Amino acid sequence: MTALVFLEHHFSESGEGELQQGSLGILAKASQLGEDVAAVVLGSGVEELAAEAGRYGASTVYVADDPKLEAPLPQPRVDAIAQLVQDKGIETVLFAQSILSADIAAGLAARLDAGLNWQLVDIASQDGTVVGKQSALGDSVLVDVGWISTPRLALFRAGIADPVESGGTATVERVEIRFQDHSLAAEMLEQAHEESSGPSIEDADIIVAGGRGLGAPEGFGMIEELAKALGGAVAATRAVVDAGWYPYSAQVGQTGKNVSPGLYVACGISGAIQHKVGMQSSKVIVAINKDPNAPIFEFADLGIVGDLHAIVPKLTELVRARKG
Amino acid sequence: MKIAVCVKHVPDAAVTKRIDPGTKRLDRSGEGSLNPVDANAVEEALRIRDATGDGAEGEVVLVSLGPEKAIDSLRKALAMGADRVLLVSDPDAAGSDLVATSSLLAKALEREGADLVLFGQQASDSDGAVLWAAVAERLRLPLISQVAELTLEGGAVTGKRQTEFGYDVIRAPLPAVVAVADSINEPRYPSLKGIMGAKRKQQDVLSLADLEIEAERAGASGSRTEVLALSDPPPRGETRKLEDDGTGAEKIVEFLAEKRLV
Ligand SMILES: Cc1cc2nc3c(=O)[nH]c(=O)nc-3n(C[C@H](O)[C@H](O)[C@H](O)COP(=O)(O)OP(=O)(O)OC[C@H]3O[C@@H](n4cnc5c(N)ncnc54)[C@H](O)[C@@H]3O)c2cc1C
Ligand SMILES: Nc1ncnc2c1ncn2[C@@H]1O[C@H](COP(=O)(O)O)[C@@H](O)[C@H]1O
Repeated sequence: MTALVFLEHHFSESGEGELQQGSLGILAKASQLGEDVAAVVLGSGVEELAAEAGRYGASTVYVADDPKLEAPLPQPRVDAIAQLVQDKGIETVLFAQSILSADIAAGLAARLDAGLNWQLVDIASQDGTVVGKQSALGDSVLVDVGWISTPRLALFRAGIADPVESGGTATVERVEIRFQDHSLAAEMLEQAHEESSGPSIEDADIIVAGGRGLGAPEGFGMIEELAKALGGAVAATRAVVDAGWYPYSAQVGQTGKNVSPGLYVACGISGAIQHKVGMQSSKVIVAINKDPNAPIFEFADLGIVGDLHAIVPKLTELVRARKG
Repeated sequence: MKIAVCVKHVPDAAVTKRIDPGTKRLDRSGEGSLNPVDANAVEEALRIRDATGDGAEGEVVLVSLGPEKAIDSLRKALAMGADRVLLVSDPDAAGSDLVATSSLLAKALEREGADLVLFGQQASDSDGAVLWAAVAERLRLPLISQVAELTLEGGAVTGKRQTEFGYDVIRAPLPAVVAVADSINEPRYPSLKGIMGAKRKQQDVLSLADLEIEAERAGASGSRTEVLALSDPPPRGETRKLEDDGTGAEKIVEFLAEKRLV
């Protein structure tokens, strides 16, 4: 019985390769299953990276090193993992949530008619039955989920496990992948990396964050004023970053940064799970949102139901007055 | 250009979502509506249809799997300007997981043979953001997900999207499956004329038998995952929610002062 962890890697603009922390953390989770833990690294020029996985608990690392796997696209990786599952008798495949991993996991579910459970925060084996803990419906309920057949596919929520160095070494096994035509049809034309510049929101002790509720890019003027008054930094949701209202380097959440400041003021942010995972460890969370049903109110220490256009400028004035 | 858009009827945002402890399924008995971000996929389809200007040949078909009352939500998308609806609805399909849902939708989509299949960013009841990849695999079509900017040219679709590291630009030949991000556009509001006309547009409701799908492929028997038990999430710290009566800003400052943050 083998559990296989998909290890995601990333090459920076300067060509520096790195295995992703999130997926290394899942190696530690996988060891809880009491099965043999293997890992897979798929890419081009990745053999050296693969060997590193032994330090984090993999006993075997399968590597497919192929130019067709150079771009981080999901479909060729479905071919690769499906082949491994069939050839190596793998019963469980585990993924750390990411844009790439989610698409691979779901493609694999269809290819193999295999059950996929997502938003998992934990997994365990109870008397030979594997049970996943899923946080569902905006974290309002914990669901024990199971798999009716093997292979079982599991997609873990971002950041639920830290990598654990076991100091071991892994046997690295090279595999040749047979690709399907449709898997190679999509093509990566360009990859623009954004290395952030200026002071990072990751180090800020106070963060004022703006979302789509600001109504327009100009709304960030008001957020910057409040941040200045509080002596903090400005963050944003993906919705406004995608819309071009604010730079990507300020994005908090699953596809952005993880922050845990002393104070996080969320203005016009709904509190979607992908945003929440990036800021829920903030010590104090204050939210302003006009929708009383917004999920952000479920985890804000103080929530004000109201129009941010009225509240934020006044708040800035009051803070300034207090600080003199 | 024929565009199929997969849209879902979900519990309305104002309804407190719960899993029925008896059936262990999401309670769908309350008010429902069109999954909000699916309106972005519909909007994008309408823009493409109207820009490609192939007149009567351009068509936007809404494809959905859901209960019969899903038709009400689908009408909203028809009112925006979509041409017709194909709803797969069958009591035996209730409780379908990703494996089952993707195989049913793929069957319906195969019938349509669209040039482009669009999805929304994620269903508000599943928080999955996964379905498109499973459907693309079943249709054996190329996939681009999370697309925030879409262009069509020379029989191919190009999508720009955000990832954890920056931005990707991906191209795929048509036919292709594309999932859009909700920032891709601002969905239009249906016009009065659109609303009035929606009822008369073609709305096909197909059963599993109509699609020649065996009941074993659908619902619980077609699924490969199961819900075993429900429990309460770990307790959160205390939360306070106040209506702004004009003193919202003062309340926040008092609170921050209490916490020694100002
Ligand atoms: C794979 C994936 C990865 C993702 N990664 C991220 C990520 O890293 N970070 C991230 O943030 N999101 C991410 N998302 C997107 C996420 O699901 C949400 O769509 C996004 O967080 C919503 O941003 P928002 O809160 O700004 O917008 P909305 O959800 O549109 O919320 C806007 C809020 O503003 C309120 N509002 C409107 N007007 C006012 C007003 N005048 N006064 C007060 N309140 C007002 C509304 O009531 C609403 O609640 C991801 C999604 C997917 C599928
Ligand atoms: N039952 C369904 N019928 C049609 N389309 C769906 C259905 N469920 C999900 N979708 C589409 O798939 C997208 C992603 O759903 P999910 O993977 O469940 O988050 C949604 O935004 C819809 O476009």
